[in-house]
Amino acid sequence: MLLPEVGYARPSTVDEAVHVLASHDGARPLAGGQTILNVMKSRAAAPDVLVDLQDLDELRGIELAADGTLVLGAMATYSEVIASAEARARPILGEVCAQIADVQVRNRGTVGGNICSNDPTNHLPPLLVALGTTMTIASSAGERTVPAEEFFVGVYATAAGPGELLTKISIPAGKGDGFAAVTIGKDGTCIVSAAASLDGDAPRVVVGCVHGVPVLVRPDGADEEAVRRAVRGANLEPPSDVHASADYRRHLAEVVAARAVQRARTRRS
Amino acid sequence: MAATAPVGGKTVTVRVNGTTYEREVEARRLLIHFLRDDLDLTGSHVGCDTGNCGACSVLYDGTLVKSCMLLAVQADGASIETVEGLAEGDELNDLQQAFGAHHALQCGYCTPGMLMSATALLREKPHPTEDEIRKGIQGNICRCTGYVNIVEAIKSVGA
Ligand SMILES: Cc1cc2nc3c(=O)[nH]c(=O)nc-3n(C[C@H](O)[C@H](O)[C@H](O)COP(=O)(O)OP(=O)(O)OC[C@H]3O[C@@H](n4cnc5c(N)ncnc54)[C@H](O)[C@@H]3O)c2cc1C
Ligand code: FES
Ligand code: FES
Repeated sequence: MLLPEVGYARPSTVDEAVHVLASHDGARPLAGGQTILNVMKSRAAAPDVLVDLQDLDELRGIELAADGTLVLGAMATYSEVIASAEARARPILGEVCAQIADVQVRNRGTVGGNICSNDPTNHLPPLLVALGTTMTIASSAGERTVPAEEFFVGVYATAAGPGELLTKISIPAGKGDGFAAVTIGKDGTCIVSAAASLDGDAPRVVVGCVHGVPVLVRPDGADEEAVRRAVRGANLEPPSDVHASADYRRHLAEVVAARAVQRARTRRS
Repeated sequence: MAATAPVGGKTVTVRVNGTTYEREVEARRLLIHFLRDDLDLTGSHVGCDTGNCGACSVLYDGTLVKSCMLLAVQADGASIETVEGLAEGDELNDLQQAFGAHHALQCGYCTPGMLMSATALLREKPHPTEDEIRKGIQGNICRCTGYVNIVEAIKSVGA
């Protein structure tokens, strides 16, 4: 298919990239391209300039800091996370990346692109909120950090605004995590998803696909009834579509949240 | 910063199946159209154009990708393998022959992509289990043969 006309830039440093992003109003980063090219094909959006991030080695690494924090470069692909020995410090990450789509999409799609597109059905936004992640965003004004809860601001919208680049995703140490989803076919798009982490003082449970941003709930216990009660108490107003009615999604939200917590409990013990 | 000024197109140098090509392309040109229309390598097919069917799968610097989900300009400097590169001279390679022997194709539309996915899998795992084969071709849709014979063909090569 013919895409709309577009300009193309291929910077070799983060500084150059944020400079191009800042100097063209309609410039957008091009990471793995597994969402943005389809968005352009469907004419849902037409960026004026694509800023190809492939040469930015600064965004490529997967590193384990001395305090156990796992630092992913925004351009780390799902396949790289799955294969990384360092990323196994937080095993749920590789496990969830391995459930995204298929080999081809996993070879190109990046962690940064997944969360910056913030499609409510994507796997990683709820997971990264559950894990207590911090995002680092660069712009020509410098660097700032944003906790995951504040990073997702609406459907397809994040705190990384025009002229900005997500550079790093920092995930604290931990292992008591779980993920569960009802999907369209095996490893397909999520109809409802949930991620849970039991590492902090109270469980963090995050439901995906039910709102423009991942919904964080804090049950007062890790037993099934406490989790279901907390999800019910969130008064979710999920969308209805051909895959599930709003009522059914509300029901699934409780079910997958309870499953995610159950898996996290098994992992923790 | 001039080096990063946006351009509407550029000259790219791409190696495909061992041959180096230099072509002027528009930034909006998808890699699949570059291969099929500019280089006349029509073995890779377009099934869906949205990253769902896998008919356009090629190896890109050794990794399996869907060539309708990349721009040709991104491929500047890359090395690509397509289905045209599989045969050894005039002889189909073992995998291609196995597809024939096991009736792993009917219309053949999905076959170039299936072969590239199977090639990527067998390089990484020379003796894949059935489960690994099914996972390996998860991104490739076949609408007429069904998957049983395709899985059998790949299994016979990896045995
Ligand atoms: C067939 C198919 C099935 C899929 N199924 C799933 C699925 O089940 N679950 C799932 O989670 N995903 C799925 N995806 C989407 C896939 O995971 C994408 O790779 C992902 O959503 C986007 O990542 P990307 O690297 O390809 O980003 P791109 O498409 O390159 O970019 C996406 C958006 O993020 C912006 N962006 C990218 N990187 C940055 C950055 N560092 N800083 C600021 N902005 C940035 C871009 O400008 C763009 O707006 C599927 C895709 C396909 C083609
Ligand atoms: S044509 Fe590329 S995946 Fe279908
Ligand atoms: S052989 Fe016809 S689609 Fe697979």
